[in-house]
Amino acid sequence: MADFDAQGLATVDRIVAGHADQPGALLPILHGIQQEFGYIPREAVPRIATGLNLSRAEVHGVISFYHYFRQHAPGRHVLQLCRAEACQAVGCEATEAHARQRLGVDYHGTSADGKFTLEAAYCLGNCAAGPSAMIDNKLYGRVTPERLDELLRQWAALQ
Amino acid sequence: MTVRVYVSRDASALALGAEETAAALASAARLKGQDIELVRVGSRGMVWLEPLVEVEVAGRRIGYGPVTAEGVAGLIEAGLLAGAAHPLRLGVVDELPFMARQERLTFARVGLIDPVDLDAYLAHGGYEGLRRALALPGAQIVQQVTDSGLRGRGGAAFPTGIKWKTVHDQPAGQKYVVCNADEGDSGTFSDRMLMEGDPFCLIEGMTIAGIAVGATQGYIYLRAEYPHAQVALNEAIAVARRRGHLGRDVLGSGKTFELEVRMGAGAYICGEETSLLESLEGKRAEVRFRPPLPAIKGLFGRPTIINNVISLASVPVILARGAAFYRDYGMGRSRGTLPIQLAGNIRHGGLVEKAFGVTLRELLYDFGGGSASGRPLRAVQVGGPLGAYIPESQFDVQLDYEAFTAIGALVGHGGIVAFDDTVDMARMARYALEFCAVESCGKCTPCRIGSTRGVEVMDRIMRAGTERAADLKLLEDLCDTMQYGSLCGLGGMTPFPVMSALKHFPEDFSKNR
Repeated sequence: MADFDAQGLATVDRIVAGHADQPGALLPILHGIQQEFGYIPREAVPRIATGLNLSRAEVHGVISFYHYFRQHAPGRHVLQLCRAEACQAVGCEATEAHARQRLGVDYHGTSADGKFTLEAAYCLGNCAAGPSAMIDNKLYGRVTPERLDELLRQWAALQ
Repeated sequence: MTVRVYVSRDASALALGAEETAAALASAARLKGQDIELVRVGSRGMVWLEPLVEVEVAGRRIGYGPVTAEGVAGLIEAGLLAGAAHPLRLGVVDELPFMARQERLTFARVGLIDPVDLDAYLAHGGYEGLRRALALPGAQIVQQVTDSGLRGRGGAAFPTGIKWKTVHDQPAGQKYVVCNADEGDSGTFSDRMLMEGDPFCLIEGMTIAGIAVGATQGYIYLRAEYPHAQVALNEAIAVARRRGHLGRDVLGSGKTFELEVRMGAGAYICGEETSLLESLEGKRAEVRFRPPLPAIKGLFGRPTIINNVISLASVPVILARGAAFYRDYGMGRSRGTLPIQLAGNIRHGGLVEKAFGVTLRELLYDFGGGSASGRPLRAVQVGGPLGAYIPESQFDVQLDYEAFTAIGALVGHGGIVAFDDTVDMARMARYALEFCAVESCGKCTPCRIGSTRGVEVMDRIMRAGTERAADLKLLEDLCDTMQYGSLCGLGGMTPFPVMSALKHFPEDFSKNR
């Protein structure tokens, strides 16, 4: 999936063409590409630019502006930890420190076994049941360091 | 006889295991040979009781909670399906003090009905507002909203009717209705709960807005962190379109209103309306200069209503029951109700909809039950990461836009984050600046540079052996520059949490770490 070849480019072109008539199509296109590849491959930028009649710099400017769009392939799963105030009020710092230590990486890093990419989130909307975490699209509440260990074990076992 | 059982599909309930509980209920009932109809609903807002299971017995809904998947078998054995006694039995849910003391207008249906069941929505008074609106000229719909006293629930509290009137009075042509669903403030989740628990209510509110001002296209700009809301909204939009409540001929009126959900991409700044519009246009979400106002030149340069989720979702009840009905709730210039979110270190966290005028103390203790840790509450932050910290001595302030302004605080989106006495307020001040540095769009200097310099100053203040007095003076100067020199509320309001922490908790700024 990570190897970017002619087939990958064809997929990008298909996604771009699918949104070409939509006003303000760039974000939907980037979402489509990230959903397909897990990130926005460098090779996709000129194709998007051509498709939308933008410069490559403009497309790059948008990709790099938004925290959600990534420019490198992530690990098998993405673990987001909320670090906002409501989660701080119930001790998310301990969960954060534990995650860094367990995975051996800081935010935006991927664990050596390639299983988890660690990301910071600034509110997951679960503020009455923090500390909150999200693994891929699954939300978890009251994530203490012990609970995090349990979740990482479960998700690491998934293929 | 089939027993009806309700379990939430709200993201917070799912985060606490509602999916597993629902599955366990289905299989335990099957084993027992008991027929059940499992209805997935929004959340009642009593998050500490999730997963909450409700059983309909003789027309009343009896609650049990929190019910884990492991606990289901025992509960079924004890007679949950007949509403029998059990330590987890809460009683009739509507009669629980947390629920009975609320005034639910905007959240009237949330937690009660299957969010994507249009017939249930109609049976609970849904689309009454739109039907009434369709019988009125646009100007009169706008007048109803103006007369209701509704002010922007996203935080700015600008009168909604004035925004609508400005768009209404623009010459005919392409106009838009945009819903700001980029609910990024920590401690807020009412938008999410509404979208997941009663998406038709938002759809109806936006449709009324479109009909009122002659806009034919609506967009819901939803933050990427809300995948469950995305699913609920898209399901509901598809149903509404299929049943003629959206599309080219809304309820046979000949009027067009189309609606589309657009996903954000993790930028807090998109909660600021002009940067949201930039983002919808496919650009970097940099704040625009004003004027022109979005109501005159908004999305793609066209007149645009841009309102928060709760503002738009409050419109159906205003149209259905009349402006006076809504206006009769509240105090001073804060009319109607506010869905308040109790978050952070609070025993009974969740959603409380009350008329303006309720005090912070009532919310924190009568509804919230004090801290979750059992320690004394020391501070609360109201209104998100740009809101002021409020000390215990000011907890008697009434929830009212003007009363909050008078004590240097803001109501914002109604999120209340509670902290117990272990909180280090200097660290919270540092965090406010750090957050601003992470989320600044970079367009104006006070915000982009000021936030980073602010973190550095805070680091020095928190360290031993530095010139603390001089640094505190510098921090105040910096905050002054940010407050008065920034282009939008992000840089302009970051000083609120910082300076309120310093003002009310100076002892935390003179500690060596």
